[in-house]
Amino acid sequence: MTRTIALAGLIGSAVLLPALALAGPQDISGEARSVMERSFSAKGQAGMDRLEQDEVQQACSRTPDAEPLSMEEEDRLMAREAAAIRYPADDNFAGDWKEGEKIAQYGRGLQFSDDPAARVGGNCYACHQLSKTEVAYGTIGPSLHQYGALRGNDPETVRNTYAKIYNPQATMPCSNMPRFGHKGILTQEQIRHLVALLHDPASPVNAE
Amino acid sequence: MIGKRTSKSAIALVLAGFAASSVVMAQSSGGDPLAEYREMMGDDNPAEFSVMRGEELWTTARGPNNVSLEKCDLGSGPGVTEGVYANLPRYFKDAGRVMDLETRLLHCMETLQGIARADALEQRFGDGAKQSDFEALAAFIAEDSRGLKLSVPLRHKAERKAYALGEQIFFYRAGPHDFACATCHAQSGVRIRLQDLPNLTDAADAQKAYSGWPAYRISQGEVRTMQWRMRDCLRQQRFPELGFGSEASVALITYLAHQADGATMEAPGLKR
Repeated sequence: MTRTIALAGLIGSAVLLPALALAGPQDISGEARSVMERSFSAKGQAGMDRLEQDEVQQACSRTPDAEPLSMEEEDRLMAREAAAIRYPADDNFAGDWKEGEKIAQYGRGLQFSDDPAARVGGNCYACHQLSKTEVAYGTIGPSLHQYGALRGNDPETVRNTYAKIYNPQATMPCSNMPRFGHKGILTQEQIRHLVALLHDPASPVNAE
Repeated sequence: MIGKRTSKSAIALVLAGFAASSVVMAQSSGGDPLAEYREMMGDDNPAEFSVMRGEELWTTARGPNNVSLEKCDLGSGPGVTEGVYANLPRYFKDAGRVMDLETRLLHCMETLQGIARADALEQRFGDGAKQSDFEALAAFIAEDSRGLKLSVPLRHKAERKAYALGEQIFFYRAGPHDFACATCHAQSGVRIRLQDLPNLTDAADAQKAYSGWPAYRISQGEVRTMQWRMRDCLRQQRFPELGFGSEASVALITYLAHQADGATMEAPGLKR
């Protein structure tokens, strides 16, 4: 929590900070990249551009024996990612939890075997518990059961929920969770439905 | 040939058991349906069909050169299949690179049998309608290492290099979802939906996961190999297609094999 507060001050001054080198300490990382270039080929909608890493991906690919990210690097990356979050123009986060539940259940999309025209899901249940009625949930992420009931629904909290789904790297460096909005996996509307799934008192997520 | 390893009545029993336990799996939501299935199957595994087919492929003269694979050196000399899978991947001097089992088989098909690479790769994965020679050969050769300890000690510098590259690729995050192998396989005791995820950076978990490949995948009705497993994981990571026998695939398998060093080999296994 303190990190998040400290971050708020950093967002404004991020542009003034010198760019920090993020290249991995091992020479072999560059070679791994060229080996991958030779070993993969484009298929379906998955082009070779998918092997290109942005700054976050590069920073978060360190092997256990590599030097961890410094606090300064983490803060700079979080600020950068936070500044790139696109909120709904009217700051209206209203959505339909029933649509949200469908998005949370659905896991297809963006694989080379998927139809590029088909809808893309969030697959939240792969990693999180949400509604008690769905027993087939994963445990890579924390349980989100009673998410809204525990946190309340004040505008700031709801806004932060949207931001978390849009880009978890803005508040948790190297989170395992995809950046659903930032990388265009889900639309703003789909994310609003997920916000409703988490916050709406009528959502099964908030049932006892 | 069919009667050599398993009698026809035993095969009928396998199929009957397979059908019956599919019902059990569908009905049971608690407990461990796969464990129940395995217990029901006892020593029977539909992979046995592939093992038999693999043995036949190994000894049959094929390709433009009309020779069998019995001159193929999998690491212990031409034609030796016993124990070789427990020492792969390894560096092969004649090829100048590290190879896993399937990559070495591809090399032998090309160099000994004269089969064009593209032709050999056409059926690298079986799809029900068409069986894969690689899957059958891998099942047969893996079975000849059952009960042995996996030993991939990385004595050659090319093996150490492959391991280091494999580790880099294992932690490489990319694609629309920012996934790496490590996203799902670098922490212990977690699952995706209801599927337990092995922590492949942990020796005990890695041993348990590695020792059962190649495996008969119940959900696919085919024996699948490590090359298939790597390609399919990366598909789910939303990466482009990992090439069969590519440097990156061999690097990843070398990384995993060394992580799993000391495992008692139990392949071909039986997986969901």
